[in-house]
Amino acid sequence: MFDIDNIRQDFPILKQVVNDNPLIYFDSGATSQKPQCVIDSINNFYANSNSNVHRGIHTLGDRATASYEDARSKVAKFINAQANEIVWTKGATESLNLLAHGLANSLNTDDVILISALEHHANIVPWQQICANTGALLKVIPLDETTQKIELDTTYQLIDLYKPKILSISHASNSLGNIQPIKNIIQYSKQYQTVTVIDGAQAFMHLRPDMKELDCDFYVFSAHKSLGPTGLGGLYGKYDLLNSLPVYQTGGEMIKSVSFDNTIFADAPGKFEAGTPNISGVISFGCAIDFMNKIDFIEQKTHEELLLLYLKVQLENISGIKLYGDLERNIGTVSFNYKNEHPFDIATLLDQYGIAVRVGNHCTQPLMKCLNIEGTVRISLAFYNTKSEIQQFITHLKQCLLLLD
Amino acid sequence: MNDSYINLKNKIKKAGSWQEKYREIMLLGKKLPSLPSELKVESALVNGCESNVWLYINFKNEESKLRISADSDTRIVKGLVSIIIYLYSDLTASQILSIDANNEFDDMSLLKHLSPSRGNGIKAIVNEIYNQAKLMNK
Repeated sequence: MFDIDNIRQDFPILKQVVNDNPLIYFDSGATSQKPQCVIDSINNFYANSNSNVHRGIHTLGDRATASYEDARSKVAKFINAQANEIVWTKGATESLNLLAHGLANSLNTDDVILISALEHHANIVPWQQICANTGALLKVIPLDETTQKIELDTTYQLIDLYKPKILSISHASNSLGNIQPIKNIIQYSKQYQTVTVIDGAQAFMHLRPDMKELDCDFYVFSAHKSLGPTGLGGLYGKYDLLNSLPVYQTGGEMIKSVSFDNTIFADAPGKFEAGTPNISGVISFGCAIDFMNKIDFIEQKTHEELLLLYLKVQLENISGIKLYGDLERNIGTVSFNYKNEHPFDIATLLDQYGIAVRVGNHCTQPLMKCLNIEGTVRISLAFYNTKSEIQQFITHLKQCLLLLD
Repeated sequence: MNDSYINLKNKIKKAGSWQEKYREIMLLGKKLPSLPSELKVESALVNGCESNVWLYINFKNEESKLRISADSDTRIVKGLVSIIIYLYSDLTASQILSIDANNEFDDMSLLKHLSPSRGNGIKAIVNEIYNQAKLMNK
């Protein structure tokens, strides 16, 4: 059974009092909170196993390497992939940069890279950069004005029109929470041999993606948005395609042999992990995966869906509130505005009640432009949130709005 | 320090609750004249991530005293900007340099608004005023 009280016990930070009120953390889209086992494992690593990986012929080195590689296997299993298909990076942003860099060679003038209107800057700017260098074109699947999501029919038409070399879209939107119909889009684009890239930074913890089922070529994710530490992310790639990409950074660790004349690189994933990696981060992310595995996914999803529905209904009942995005297929991220009030003012007042939300354009300026707004107040829920937190939030939100009126 | 600032500071300090304090701040913002749209331009924007602040400062007058005009698109930041204006306007460069903004904001329990992570530009405004005052003082 999904025992929310028990689960919350595992997150020490949630017991905190902020500005004389119990903390209500509704900013998990920016970074999730960390369970005790993840925090402990960082400590344990430095206290008991600290050593470099893949090098030392000594016990500590063996231990560190085994845990490091074990975490890779855990993540691979979690997303139904093979361990050698997982590359550690410093975040989803680096994963996307690695891909943009790696795929640039395959692009010619006027080739199309297709993204969606809901992308985070990290899934726009790297592609824009390689377009500038290669003469390729960046095209965008638009947001439907009424439904505020991308429509499959339009998407199919654009895929037919552009026959994109690369398609890179988010599994779920960080600003609006929309869960995008990526499975259909990936399937459809196969007829044009499009390389499919999915930005799973937001979706990973909420949707537990299955690589075999999605059948995308690449999937990027962030550890810290999925119970793990900051400074770590990952890249999944179908092995042959992944291994065929040119190296991104060079140096130690990623080589087979080096002479002053020539270097032979290691095979993937090693060839993409130059230098000493974020060892403690990787190992603690393995613990985050263990933690998620202990929670029944269906129960987690049901809990999250109930929270979303409750939040949606409560917000809709406040006159003057405008909600954005697809609130049916949604990871629990809700963006709103109140009359002409600036999101900054609302969030500043909410903070006085110990409520953490995000405001602004959420690193999606083009999306905000499509919606004709400067920004929103964003609530992003996680499975460790509760209905009573939402009740508290609504009560305090009303008080804040009264103060502004 | 300006008398008007001292009065205002006492009023904010006396606020019985944070709600009252913020109401006071937002009222200050409301009273601050808005900049005309032709002055709300990119070049006058202070770097503050989630709110826009437009700032004009100079010492170009006979007594070399600071003149500030500023505006913001948020109520709270505009109120905080107004506090800054009360605090610094019509002071000479050396008077400005003798003021510790952190102390002042701390006194009013508003210190957190000077944190760089708040993205409200208040810290940037204070820094800008100090830098200009330092240049003047040379």
